[in-house]
Amino acid sequence: MSGTFVTLVAAEIERPSIDWHAIAPELILLGGGALVTVIDLIWLERVRKLIPTLTSLVFLVALIPVITLWADGSGLPRGLWIIDENVPATGVWEGAFVVDNYSLVLKGLFLLSAYVIVLLSTNYMSEGDYYDSEYYQLIAASVLGMLVMSSSRDLISIFVALELVSIPAYLMAAWRKRDLKSNEAGLKYMLMGVFASAILLYGMSLLYGIAGSTLLSDIAAAIDIGESRPVITLGIVFTIIGFGFKVSAVPFHTWAPDTYEGAPTPLTAFLAVASKAAGFVALINVVIVALPTQANVVEPFIWVLAAITMTVGNLIALRQTNLVRMLAYSGVAQAGYMLAPLAVYDGISDRATSAVVTYLVIYAAMNLGAFAVVIIAARKTRSAELSSYGGMFNYAPGLTLAMTIFLFSLAGIPPVGGWWAKFEVFRVLTEGNRTSGIALAVIAAVNSVIAAFYYLNIAKQMWFLPSPDGDNSRIAIPPALLAAVGLTVAATIVSGVLPGVVSDMTDFVNVAAGQ
Amino acid sequence: MENAFLQDWGITIMVFLPLVGALIMMLIPAGQEENHKSIALGTSLLTAAIGFWLVIDFWNLGEAEWANLHYVVDKNWISVISARYLIGVDGISIPLIALTLLVVPLVIVYSWNHIPNPGNPKAFLMLILVLHTGMLGSFVAQDLVLFFVFFEVVLLPMYFMIGVWGGEDRLYASIKFFLYTLFGSALMLVSFLALYWSTGSDTFVMAELAERVRLMDIGLGTQVLIFGGMFMGFGIKVPMFPFHTWLPDAHTQAPTQGSVILAAVLLKLGTYGFIRIAIQILPEAAIEWAPWIGLLAVIGIIYGALGCLAQTDMKRLIAFSSVAHMGYVMLGIATLTDFGMNAAIFGMVAHGLITGMLFFIAGSVKDRFHTLEIKRLGGLLLQAPRMGWVLGFCTMASLGLPGLAGFWGEFPAILAAYQPADGISAPLFRVYMVIAAIGTVLAAGYLLWLLQRTAFGTPSDEFKDDPEITDMVFTEYVAWVPLLVLIVLFGFVPHLIFDLTDGTVSGFADAVSALGK
Repeated sequence: MSGTFVTLVAAEIERPSIDWHAIAPELILLGGGALVTVIDLIWLERVRKLIPTLTSLVFLVALIPVITLWADGSGLPRGLWIIDENVPATGVWEGAFVVDNYSLVLKGLFLLSAYVIVLLSTNYMSEGDYYDSEYYQLIAASVLGMLVMSSSRDLISIFVALELVSIPAYLMAAWRKRDLKSNEAGLKYMLMGVFASAILLYGMSLLYGIAGSTLLSDIAAAIDIGESRPVITLGIVFTIIGFGFKVSAVPFHTWAPDTYEGAPTPLTAFLAVASKAAGFVALINVVIVALPTQANVVEPFIWVLAAITMTVGNLIALRQTNLVRMLAYSGVAQAGYMLAPLAVYDGISDRATSAVVTYLVIYAAMNLGAFAVVIIAARKTRSAELSSYGGMFNYAPGLTLAMTIFLFSLAGIPPVGGWWAKFEVFRVLTEGNRTSGIALAVIAAVNSVIAAFYYLNIAKQMWFLPSPDGDNSRIAIPPALLAAVGLTVAATIVSGVLPGVVSDMTDFVNVAAGQ
Repeated sequence: MENAFLQDWGITIMVFLPLVGALIMMLIPAGQEENHKSIALGTSLLTAAIGFWLVIDFWNLGEAEWANLHYVVDKNWISVISARYLIGVDGISIPLIALTLLVVPLVIVYSWNHIPNPGNPKAFLMLILVLHTGMLGSFVAQDLVLFFVFFEVVLLPMYFMIGVWGGEDRLYASIKFFLYTLFGSALMLVSFLALYWSTGSDTFVMAELAERVRLMDIGLGTQVLIFGGMFMGFGIKVPMFPFHTWLPDAHTQAPTQGSVILAAVLLKLGTYGFIRIAIQILPEAAIEWAPWIGLLAVIGIIYGALGCLAQTDMKRLIAFSSVAHMGYVMLGIATLTDFGMNAAIFGMVAHGLITGMLFFIAGSVKDRFHTLEIKRLGGLLLQAPRMGWVLGFCTMASLGLPGLAGFWGEFPAILAAYQPADGISAPLFRVYMVIAAIGTVLAAGYLLWLLQRTAFGTPSDEFKDDPEITDMVFTEYVAWVPLLVLIVLFGFVPHLIFDLTDGTVSGFADAVSALGK
């Protein structure tokens, strides 16, 4: 006993210094978010117009250390404490927080997505009669959760990060509080989210019970026993189901369409892109780091999830007449493609990870862009019904072109980004000539043709049909929204024409475990 | 020696210049219609200037050099999958590139006073330019991923051309066109990936893959399956029976310009893909597939001809005649012989010129009569004699009259079927030969019938005094004369094309016959 005490005291004295650089993005976001709150509290109405700009600045400033950490790649992976100058990899909580290339790519993705979300929200929030500043503070809090998630290699920090991502989103989904649909959206999302968290916690507690540690790498070592045991299987299945809710995999997707339709549209974009990506990051972290030896349990389960997610999502999307609901179901289907590489990760976990991350990056660009167009169009039509998009080619050709680019990208048609995302998924699925992988690839190929039909249906409305009410007046696009469309169009085109730009970043992806 | 500038930049500039033109047009307001037309025409002429400079420079390399790839640019593109920006031209791409370079400016000239409803020349011409880049890119790409991207780029503008500027049934026709082709290319992509994995997974370069398939021991079953995926991709594009059903709809509904480009160039992407990719890389599987391809080809010839005889719409009739003509091209390819594949490439060029012309005429007839229903037409020779004679000339060319280009696509293809490559059943192909020969009689039937009912006789009462019906106008002369001249030129001097293609094609054919023995 006393020996341990002495060690503890000694450790207290030789406390290693904190690697400030490694956690700078999170700290900046935390400080920036607090600053925005304080400014809002002190000056109230007088600064209301500045809050979105300030928040987006916070995101961009937080991006700086992400870039410098990336540029300083030699020191990666690194943790929170610098215990020994020569061994920077060891983090606090013995490796629960790890900064590596993988987490940096995702942090960049989250910060840039958040920046675009703020651009999308600015006019929407200030023109409606909403609480304005609080919305941006909640966004910042949620994004903080995402950054932490990217670096989490521990069940507890994953769970805390996931809740930090979700709880602000529950609030924001109900932000249009005078609209019943929005209330329904928030409530449904919260109830399903809480339910999912409970299942997730149950699964995690089983894994913890077996391993005696919450650290993912410890769990990996503890369950590497060469045989499967029901309790391990149960823990894995419950954990994956918990994440399944977050990424809206079928059959855990039921909240998504209603929540997407009812929530403020910028927040829908946030849920569909950033929040979903956070769920995938959590799933990758757990599957790749903690369960590398459990492929016989994980792969079939995710295989089935991926196959039914893409198929059901696409088939229901075919029937939608509301564009936001269609995008919601298309998002469900896209989640199926993103799950697919994890159905064959055994032995190629690095390439499976990089395929998922590639998909997340490109999906973020094209889906945010599609939502930006929806938001712009709704400023004129006050509707997200598919028929209200008729004739847009006549009165808003530029916007129509942008939307067409996003739609073709979502459908996976070269030369715009989506094809590369799908290509990477196909490449992982066909690697090694495994029957399960090729079967899933064929299912995915058939699904892409189905999906093309409803994406083209939107294009058809915009290009081929006349506007329903004959109103051909132009749409005035505010600068913030124009910037959002410009950024996402550029990202979508560049990632398709020069996929190397994306793959150079995601190719390094190799989820470093904490030690 | 290749000109140094062309060597480094020629192909790249030629391929992407139309895209630059489209981007410039994007910045100009849609109201300035004349500017848009001038920029589009200027861009396509400049592209043609660089392209034909390249073609002439290639010609001057001398016959011995035509078999090899020239002006090769090889740059890293997507390093994780070793996909390369590898472009180059050889004897089989040059004729098709020249055809594309010729047809696109003519289509733009024709558009000068023939912009279909609902107008908007800016968007219309931009789409043609994007299409131009996609087509040229497909013919120069020597890397499967690069080819795939260009091959798909072509889809989008065509979809919009049919959907926005098409006829009454355009919505149905455009989505049908798109989904059919997309389905084919999805399977083609899976094939490309399977090929990639089974050859060591570090290259998509066509020639390199062909070399590896030759040296490595890949099971014949696997090869046949991979060929099957490519067959779906290219076969739908050609289109081969039974995947042809999108074509009559797309052609009938597309605006004239769309039909011309579709017939003249787009269909050739499929047949070109067969020769350049499927047969070059997988000759062994090609031998296995050849009887089936030949069978579908002759079914296409007869079915297309019978389809023509049943049509009441001029444009739809020409569309079905495409199915029949592409059948001859595919029959030539299916023989896997030097002779047959040469004939096939000649057939592609000839069909491009002749059927392109027929669609131009159909478009002009539609402009004047506002209908293409054959039984309402008649007496074109009286009302618009020059156009009537041009129609007569083109139907003669299309049915394969010796002395005109169509003959050299059809006749050698039939002849080649007499003696297919080693390893392929010769009696079977002789049966095909007979059927294909019968097809030429049917072709003469439906084409002459078309001519008789539209050009001969006297105008019907409904159009007799219609002042809108005039003879050819200036833009029509400009757009049509080059095509007509070339139809005659290639009819009399066919070796202009045969000499170009022979070197490359005999290389592929030798690879096949080495396996068949």
